Amino acid sequence: MTSTKGRSGRGRARGAAAVLAAGVLVLGACSGSGGKKAEERESKAAGGASGPRLKIAMVTHSGPGDTFWDIVQKGARAAAAKDNVEFLYSADPDGGKQAQLVQAAVDKKVDGIVVTFAKPDALKDVVARATAARIPVVSINSGADVSARYGAVAHFGQDEAIAGEAAGREMARIGAKKALCVIHEQGNVGLEDRCAGARKTFGGQMQNLFVQGTNMPQVKSSITAKLQADKGVDGVLTLGAPFAATAVDSAKEASSDAKVGTFDMNKDLIDAVKDGRIWFAVDQQPYLQGYEAVDGLWLLKHNGNVLGGGRPVLTGPAIVTKANAAALEGFASRGTR
Amino acid sequence: MGHAVAQPPRPPEPAPSPADDERLARRSPVRRLLGRPELGALLGAVAVFAFFSVAADAFLQASSFSTVLYASSTFGIMAVGVSLLMIGGEFDLSAGVLVTTSALIAALVSYQLTLNVWAGVVVSLVLTLLLGMVNGLLYVNTGLPSFVVTLATFFMLAGANLGVTKAVTGNVATDSVRDMDGFDSARAVFASDVDLAGVNVNVTVFWWLLLVAAATWLLLRTRTGNWIFAVGGAAASARAVGVPVARTRIGLFMGVAFCAWLSGMHLVFAFATVQSGEGVGNEFFFIICAVIGGCLLTGGYGSAIGAAIGAFIFGMTNKGIVYAEWNPDWFKFFLGAMLLIATVVNLIVRRRVERAP
Repeated sequence: MTSTKGRSGRGRARGAAAVLAAGVLVLGACSGSGGKKAEERESKAAGGASGPRLKIAMVTHSGPGDTFWDIVQKGARAAAAKDNVEFLYSADPDGGKQAQLVQAAVDKKVDGIVVTFAKPDALKDVVARATAARIPVVSINSGADVSARYGAVAHFGQDEAIAGEAAGREMARIGAKKALCVIHEQGNVGLEDRCAGARKTFGGQMQNLFVQGTNMPQVKSSITAKLQADKGVDGVLTLGAPFAATAVDSAKEASSDAKVGTFDMNKDLIDAVKDGRIWFAVDQQPYLQGYEAVDGLWLLKHNGNVLGGGRPVLTGPAIVTKANAAALEGFASRGTR
Repeated sequence: MGHAVAQPPRPPEPAPSPADDERLARRSPVRRLLGRPELGALLGAVAVFAFFSVAADAFLQASSFSTVLYASSTFGIMAVGVSLLMIGGEFDLSAGVLVTTSALIAALVSYQLTLNVWAGVVVSLVLTLLLGMVNGLLYVNTGLPSFVVTLATFFMLAGANLGVTKAVTGNVATDSVRDMDGFDSARAVFASDVDLAGVNVNVTVFWWLLLVAAATWLLLRTRTGNWIFAVGGAAASARAVGVPVARTRIGLFMGVAFCAWLSGMHLVFAFATVQSGEGVGNEFFFIICAVIGGCLLTGGYGSAIGAAIGAFIFGMTNKGIVYAEWNPDWFKFFLGAMLLIATVVNLIVRRRVERAP
């Protein structure tokens, strides 16, 4: 403290002024209203996160190391960071095990659960248990048809048949007459739907070809073999980004002029689309599925909002061609598109 | 040393004729040929080849044949190492993901440290061989079945492939090494096409044939080959007569690792980026190739040439179904049926040979 003891009158007056000045300074530094802090507080209440930290679990049917689900997770984590949400991710391709993981999330009493209905029957009961425990469930990616019936409040995904139809139109647009639809995982309903949708709008002839997706040399040699066996094939539609680049190699090897289009995206693919090696990509925007699911649950908890009106919210198909590839390049190279 | 011709020990035969000692009996060249482990596989290969020649129009073109050879070689390179290991009496279930691990190491090291890709190739060779050695040491030191030890390393490698790739790159695939120094020369060595009388043959086919020749020489013309048969046939007896059992086994696991490295380098330089989730499940195809080719699951019997023929049958079937343009929904059914036929032909031939006086 400032001491004024033993000083002259003038000194005393000067001391009082100093105290006053110091007081003003201190008061100014600790303003109780307005200023930056208030701005931060306000922005938290309005757009950013406020209230208690939420815990949201996402349980998908992804196998390990899948590019697609990596992007979904990135979207979900981005929303979680913005919304002050603790985000938990787990996955198992086996329906029964996926149900166990959902049960684990229910046991943990999380504030919301995001699931994929790839095997709807396996998840039906456990999702009912979650809603009974008043934990809101949102579904993403697969199961648009069962989502509302099984008690999910919203669904964010791509309708595979609609996306397939878009791909079929693209194949027709690039001038293919006889095309292959390369299925990289046998028995996957979503992939079959894509091919069926594409066949519907394509107009020309379209055949399915099975390849073993976990073995790239086999993917390559199988597509090569097919192109050698049937010289009339002038279009190849792959259902995952890594297979598109391989299909281009195969066409070169079989000296075929087949034009390649694909589902899904990655950063190498966008270069190939820019250079014209691959003609188009049908993107279902996985980032959006992860982001919207987490953000949707946050909105429900904080403002009671529900998106979609009980109907699936479509995150795709978004078509990427030479025309818009350059604009998306930056996003793809950081692994979020 | 190493000039004793090793006739692979044949599987237990019915009681020998009492009059003469069959071990001393001279056998005609025809009988000797029939006694080879790869004969059944060869007949199976001829049968499959004849079948697809008739069933698929495009199968007999030279360019189709080179595609079949390429497919066979990608299985066949691994089948060489795996068949030697099986003759030595062991399995390696980590072989499929080890290929991916090896490819990931090369791609990650070259890209992240911005090195010439050949540096990545060398680092990958050293680390992959070390991983093979770890498999071998774990097996030799714990005494657990190799099935269990390599199942554990299979899971660990599959997890590490994903975990490390994601930690380093932030994505689940490696960054492209296509525009880096040394890529073109490395591609020429591991993944180029060689023009052979107008037909493009992938360089992996030559690597495959070279490995088969080397493995066959090792098995039949060297002391190490004798050790491999002895270790796989009767490890205790082999140890008793002074065969370095542990060293032979570790060497065999490292042999598999070497083949995995070669296959991994093909992955890197053929496709430039490596998906970290690849390779799971392929280990069984390698074992199948070796078994079709006459290797016994119990060890002590088999040949590298047989495994090569097994890989060829597998490649022919795999691509023949595509050339034949059969309904793709049934692809795996046809694949299984063709393999069954090939193995049964193999079995019948071998039984006949064994039964003949």
